[in-house]
Amino acid sequence: MQSDLTLLEQVKLGKIWDFPGGVHPPERKHLSNGSAIAEFPMPDALYIPLKQHIGSAGELIVSPEQQVKKGQALTQANSGLSLPIHAPTSGTVKEIINHVSAHPSGIAEPTLVLVPDGLDQAVEACPLPNWPEQSKADISNHLQKMAVAGLGGATFPTYVKTNNQKPVEVLIINAVECEPYITSDDVLMRHHAEEIVQGCQILAHTIGAKHTLIGIEDNKPEAIESMQSALADITDIEIRVVPTKYPSGGEKQLIQLLTNQQVPSGGLPLDLGISVQNVGTAFAVKQAIIDGTPLINRVVTVTGESITKPQNLWVPFGAQVKDLLAFAGMTADKNQRVIMGGPMMGFNIMDGAMPVVKATNCILAANDYYMPLRETEQACIRCGDCAAACPAELLPQQMLWFSKAQDQEKLEEYNLFDCIECGACAYVCPSQIPLVQYYRTSKAEIRQAKEDKVKAEKAKLRFEQRQERLEKEKEARLQRHKEAAERRRNAMAKDDSAKDKIAAALARAKAKKEGAATEAPEPAPKDKVAEAIARAKAKKAAQSAETAGVAEDTNKDKVAAAIARAKAKKAAAQNSEDKTAEATDSISPEQETKDKVAAAIARAKAKKAEKQQADSKPVTDDETPDAEQEKKDKVAAAIARAKAKKAEKESQQSPTEDPVTEVDPAMSVETADPEQEKKDKVAAAIARAKAKKAEKEAQQASTEAPVTEDDSAVSASTEDPEQEKKDKVAAAIARAKAKKAEKEAQQGSTEIVQEETVPTEQVEQVVDAEQEKKAKVAAAIARAKAKKAAKEAEQSSEPE
Amino acid sequence: MKFLSNMFVSSPHGRVRLTTNQVMRQVMYATSLGLLAQLIFFGWGVLIQVALCVAVALVSEAILLSLREKPVRATLADGSAMLTGLLLALSIPPFAPWWIAVIGTAFAVIIVKQLYGGLGFNLFNPAMAGYVVLLISFPVAMTNWLPPAELLQYTLTFTDALSIVFTDFTLDGYDMTQLKLAADGITMATPLDNFKTQISQGFTATEVSSQAIYGSYGGIGWEWINLGFLVGGLWMLKAGTIRWHIPAGLIASLFVCSSIAYLAAPDQALTPVQHLFSGATMFAAFFIATDPVSASTTTKGRLIYGALIGALIFVIRQWGGYPDGVAFAVLLANMMVPLLDYYTQPTTYGHRAKR
Repeated sequence: MQSDLTLLEQVKLGKIWDFPGGVHPPERKHLSNGSAIAEFPMPDALYIPLKQHIGSAGELIVSPEQQVKKGQALTQANSGLSLPIHAPTSGTVKEIINHVSAHPSGIAEPTLVLVPDGLDQAVEACPLPNWPEQSKADISNHLQKMAVAGLGGATFPTYVKTNNQKPVEVLIINAVECEPYITSDDVLMRHHAEEIVQGCQILAHTIGAKHTLIGIEDNKPEAIESMQSALADITDIEIRVVPTKYPSGGEKQLIQLLTNQQVPSGGLPLDLGISVQNVGTAFAVKQAIIDGTPLINRVVTVTGESITKPQNLWVPFGAQVKDLLAFAGMTADKNQRVIMGGPMMGFNIMDGAMPVVKATNCILAANDYYMPLRETEQACIRCGDCAAACPAELLPQQMLWFSKAQDQEKLEEYNLFDCIECGACAYVCPSQIPLVQYYRTSKAEIRQAKEDKVKAEKAKLRFEQRQERLEKEKEARLQRHKEAAERRRNAMAKDDSAKDKIAAALARAKAKKEGAATEAPEPAPKDKVAEAIARAKAKKAAQSAETAGVAEDTNKDKVAAAIARAKAKKAAAQNSEDKTAEATDSISPEQETKDKVAAAIARAKAKKAEKQQADSKPVTDDETPDAEQEKKDKVAAAIARAKAKKAEKESQQSPTEDPVTEVDPAMSVETADPEQEKKDKVAAAIARAKAKKAEKEAQQASTEAPVTEDDSAVSASTEDPEQEKKDKVAAAIARAKAKKAEKEAQQGSTEIVQEETVPTEQVEQVVDAEQEKKAKVAAAIARAKAKKAAKEAEQSSEPE
Repeated sequence: MKFLSNMFVSSPHGRVRLTTNQVMRQVMYATSLGLLAQLIFFGWGVLIQVALCVAVALVSEAILLSLREKPVRATLADGSAMLTGLLLALSIPPFAPWWIAVIGTAFAVIIVKQLYGGLGFNLFNPAMAGYVVLLISFPVAMTNWLPPAELLQYTLTFTDALSIVFTDFTLDGYDMTQLKLAADGITMATPLDNFKTQISQGFTATEVSSQAIYGSYGGIGWEWINLGFLVGGLWMLKAGTIRWHIPAGLIASLFVCSSIAYLAAPDQALTPVQHLFSGATMFAAFFIATDPVSASTTTKGRLIYGALIGALIFVIRQWGGYPDGVAFAVLLANMMVPLLDYYTQPTTYGHRAKR
């Protein structure tokens, strides 16, 4: 086992160790390694994936229709693990499309389509002069610029490996090429040994390795010989011939073979002071540093029994598999498959448009004898051949068991993630179980589960934080409300007229109860609309009163209108405030009918009061009350009622409509239509009359009732202003509530409605047969309502 | 690109050309030498038992597979049921009545194998479990071995054999007890059975071993049968059908144990060679203990598993109530397998350095 020797001493013993397991599939390398490396003729178009390495793609720096030269950068590396790509030949950038990628799934990836112009004009080479004097960082940067990636299959960017921070004692050049059929490294060594050795020297210099070993399998005597002659005068690079056994070319297995050390699970060769580079990479390094040409092509073995002329080719990246197959010739056997890579670890090509990339070392089309289709999976008979073949000393059949049971815990306990997916287990399995596929699936599942777990934890944290925030906000809100309530209470305590307020509140509560009883579900909008309408009407009434030209009345009317407006607004404000608090009241139908009855009674009372008032009107008025006036008043009252009803109806019909727009047309047609004008005049007259009457009533009321009326603002200027204001508020609220109750009652009881429609009809006859109610409504409603409200307020404030 | 397959095929794309079906068949072929020896020394009964057991095994398997809604034809083709039948047939006395074969095989296939989930899921070796059921239930019939043909007074034809198996009497009306009588009128048993009886009666090992049935090193017939199975086993090793760990462990363990016993009390014990070449030793070492399904799966585990069986065989032969102990030894070792597997896991690559 581990001796006391240092790594370097151990390596210098020149000994070859062994690794457990392994298999000996038919090598079949003689098919393709006999001839020199031919040049693959430039195809009509190259499909160059923007990303051909592990890491992220570079940023595109060319645009469609742009002419590029051979070796010109097409992308530039961005920060992080990234490499550029270069044009393999001169030509025109046609487009950037999503094209099938060199991946088992063939998933489409961004691919640059280059149309070669056949001139193969190259950009000026940019070598890194005098490399033995150059620093690690400079060489690494240059390797990145030249897009050098590991050509052994993983295509890890080489610049990262050469820019090592941990010291490396031994550089291992992997020239084992243990996969059957593939000979690209073999022929490269046979024909380019000198350049490979130069590349090895550059790598060793950059990495800071004291000793370099080149591992080659003993089934490549020609390559060994060629390399040995290239190394004739060099002492710090040695060739180590390892016995042919798959997968001796696995990085971990090669390290074990040459150093008898094992890369710790989850670690890197760097942890042992070892760096492993592929022999093809060494060649690319030499080209990048000494020749100054980027990595734009590679040796690809096109081989297999179904290939007419198996051979090795220099293929530019982006050439399509179908072109390679057409060039080498192919006759399909039964169950023919074409593999990218070797028979042990390669993948089945499902689309001939798949491009050759940096990782593509072989296109294999073996016949049915050497590559039979996997038959139906049979039961595992626990023969243990898989365990015997496993180079990582795993227990594949136990892992299969756990994989089928999706026992992720056990899989990890059995070191699933130390599986290198070499395929030796599946290769020997007599039951033809695709073991590697099971492990790949399980690995993906475990990774997914871990990702999900992380995500779930994040989501949980987010949720908890949100809950906390909401809780805090709620507390803050409650605190604010509490403080506001406290302020209100304090303000009230300071007030000496708390009694009035309480009275008002009681009235409000009572009215509210009635209101809530019938319109609990959607009270707010309706009321608001009604109020808005009332407001608008009041405004208009004021206007029309003005236009009527009655100078004396104008002022009064305005005052009245303003007061009505103010009341309505206040009522609205109160309403909306109260509504939030009382939404919980649930009302039984019984209660509803009771309320309705109450409202009807209230209305009847109001009417009666009105009559009485009219009857017993004192003669203090400037205008002599006569029968006509009285009648008019009644009519006005009736109209007002009708208008109110209608307004309510309208607001119900179009509850979403802005109340202002409802009113606006009426206002705009005022001057336009002569008929309308007439109507308006009538309305104005009525309004005037009402206003007058209201004034009278107010005067009367101010002498009788302790609670002052809306108009008292005019007359009671000598009274305590604060008291007055408060009283007004209370009255207005009471009025508004009463109004609401009435409306509801109208809606609910048809008898009463009928009773009320009679006067309306009369009025209609008097005014105009085809009258449009809107203008009248505008004129009268506010006042009428105000009147009624005042009366009702008296009634409803009785319990006081 | 017509030649591109749209199928997703997982790597590796090639494989060893040995299938499970072939493994089973190779094991069956490998029994042929031992079977032939048994046929020569114990007559046609052997063949009749083989035919009976294989037929019952196939029928039982087919019925159970169709009940379990598994593919019948494809699964029968794996040969595992046939092999179970064959191995059981080679274990039971050649002239045992037909229902012995039927009950034993049906139990082995239905209860021990299929009810546990079929091939690959059985905890116990089906043939040995079937054998033990028979041995415990029908001890007389199961120990009723005729002496080797050369020691028999009568020559039994194929029809005689058939007649005995199905009617308990030869065509001439002899039953097993009569057939077992030697010329000198002494009832003959198997060497192991006889040895045990004789030793308990106070004879020395040398005296016992000089009797006719003991042959030159194992027992007449038995030594050849064992030799046949040994050769078949070696061929399987060479063909890669089985690996060496279990047979080596078993033989080494039995040899060591019996050597110690022999050295301790040479007059009370069989010689190590007698142990190895009598009874079912070689049959067990290469054909029974190597059943992969019920054996340990790790390399180390298999060595221990083999050694355990060897030691148990010796213990039962030496001190147990039965003349031979292969079946019990194998079943006991089967029970140890999960434990062995768990404690003999190899160190995975990269975990060596963990301290």
